[in-house]
Amino acid sequence: MKRGISYTKAFTTLLQRDLRIAIRHRGDIFNPLLFFILVVTLFPLGIGPEPQVLTRVAPGIIWVAALLASMLSLERLFKADYNDGSLEQMLLSPQPLVILVLAKVFAHWILTGVPLILVAPLLAVLLHLDSNSYVALMATLALGTPVLSLLGAIGVALTVGLRKGGVLLSLLILPLYIPVLIFATSAIDSASINLPYSGQLAIIGAMLIGSLIMAPFAIGASLRVSTN
Amino acid sequence: MTKSTQSKTLLSANELTCIREERILFDGLSFNINAGDIVQIEGPNGAGKTSLLRIIAGLSRPYAGEVKYAGEDITRCRDEFNHDLLYLGHLAGVKSELTAEENLNFNLRISGYDNFDTTALLAKVNLAGFEEALAGHLSAGQHRRTALARLQHSNCKIWILDEPFTAIDKKGVEALEQLFILHAKSGGCVILTTHQDMSIISDDILRKITLDYRFV
Amino acid sequence: MWKWLNSYADPERSYKLAGTLLPWFVCLAIALIGVGTTWGLLFAPMDYQQGDSFRIIYIHVPAASMSMAAYMGMATASFIGIVWQIKAADWAAASIAPIGAVITFIALFTGAAWGKPMWGTWWVWDARLTSELVLLFLYLGVIALYASFEDKVLAARAAGILAIVGVVNIPIIKYSVDWWSSLHQPATIKITEKSTMTGDMLYPLIINIFGFGMMIGAITLVRFRAEVLARNGMRPWVRALATQEVSK
Repeated sequence: MKRGISYTKAFTTLLQRDLRIAIRHRGDIFNPLLFFILVVTLFPLGIGPEPQVLTRVAPGIIWVAALLASMLSLERLFKADYNDGSLEQMLLSPQPLVILVLAKVFAHWILTGVPLILVAPLLAVLLHLDSNSYVALMATLALGTPVLSLLGAIGVALTVGLRKGGVLLSLLILPLYIPVLIFATSAIDSASINLPYSGQLAIIGAMLIGSLIMAPFAIGASLRVSTN
Repeated sequence: MTKSTQSKTLLSANELTCIREERILFDGLSFNINAGDIVQIEGPNGAGKTSLLRIIAGLSRPYAGEVKYAGEDITRCRDEFNHDLLYLGHLAGVKSELTAEENLNFNLRISGYDNFDTTALLAKVNLAGFEEALAGHLSAGQHRRTALARLQHSNCKIWILDEPFTAIDKKGVEALEQLFILHAKSGGCVILTTHQDMSIISDDILRKITLDYRFV
Repeated sequence: MWKWLNSYADPERSYKLAGTLLPWFVCLAIALIGVGTTWGLLFAPMDYQQGDSFRIIYIHVPAASMSMAAYMGMATASFIGIVWQIKAADWAAASIAPIGAVITFIALFTGAAWGKPMWGTWWVWDARLTSELVLLFLYLGVIALYASFEDKVLAARAAGILAIVGVVNIPIIKYSVDWWSSLHQPATIKITEKSTMTGDMLYPLIINIFGFGMMIGAITLVRFRAEVLARNGMRPWVRALATQEVSK
């Protein structure tokens, strides 16, 4: 007998579950966010408080901190599910793995990416970011952080079965983050001198679409290897 | 049990070889599993029982050989196969942050069921009154039962169960055995490993596949 | 008893094939690199601007061009290994990775050494150097991932997925780095070798590029043979080979 639920329903079921677990386990949301804020506050202490200098490096600092925070929080993406056997059940469920993977990554992005976007303007104030650049900063973060989650999830899926995956994970995924970093910071720089930055945004958008299409397959294949 | 359902082959393993960390666990292993079978994989620790179950379930890839479902390699027809498969491993797949009811609800939904009554199903596995308890607060046996409740609402033909009786009390084991027999009679099959003796499923209805520990 | 041996005779055959090919690769590599390097270092004309220091090009450019080729080779092997489940391809990918990393490192190192007399600094964030550096990171990622799995069948599949993901990303990374560097430094530094090169300078370079290719092939074959033996240690034919070697 065939039975089934629609793809949307499978997606929302998993999404709801992950959000519910995260709400009962709030530390997982706040710790990466605190890390993000802390890293950003360390930079003025390290390079000096001159506003001109900070304005110059602010986009880079915020984005590098976002990369690191995203990577750190991603490490837990599949870990709990791997440890309690839920991941196996997901791989054996009749729902397409791609849908389930997308739901997990999306839940993760809501929990870690969105707070990061919301707190970014505050940090931009601390770093004296040029006032023209705020919209660009938010826009690049909104388009860029999902790309980070998707690409990062590949690395996480590859290392979830390993006991000491942490350092390895950074080696695997940080090189893949480079294009996002380059185009995001350049968009913010352009905005600060009143140049159009829609080109850079379009490229980040293209990366988002590309990774939305391709990354779930790589993540699924990696998960099958990791649970082997 | 009619002859026709009994002779229908559900799964067939073909020349399976499993190598773990340069050690050969088994090689050239072939068998058929028919509708109505209750199969126990037995062997000492480290003989590869779990590895074999995971290979049959399609979680692990054998080093060589293939597992066929309805005449097709399971890696080629994953969706159809997963529709007909219920696998419960060592790890129960129960989230400790969710209640027993939420767990069961999620597990059934993600397997594609839409109409079910979680309270009644939990009552069947003696968890009435624990619906709202977080799975992390349940005892080991209750935790296991939360996972096993899925068996109460399943139209999958193939059940693959790795040590289903762990932490389950005597009465619970008997209830499970009865459930297995019922499932086999209705045209399904059960493949399981266990170190416990079963009281109801006697040797004449139980098929055994023995793996011996080899040291190569 | 060893029924699966017959259907998976590939390791033994590929081991032997690699053994037959090896001497050819070694001879060609020695001959080509010998000719190319001697020609390039001793007989090619001096560059009118850079003097003799330009001659490092005969190592730098072959290493740089082969670093990318080796990555493509590794990713292709991984792809074959994953899609058609041919284990020999997995082993080939695993044996190329460290060689590619070393070649990439040589390209970076010679690039830096060349940069010192030319640009007055060991390192510049030039587009090519930067993307070469990223390539090195990608290699190191694949190697590290392969090393972290104890089960080498799984290790090969995981590293293979990463290598393929890397291949998809290399053009994007390369493009973004090119774009970034042109944004940050408006063409102050440009190595203009190939187009302005005379034949006398160019031919030894081409010979050396092929020579490096052969050398990488030869080292890959050696490593591949070792990998086959290591992964098949429990097979009778490997044991027979081992006893043969001992009794010799």
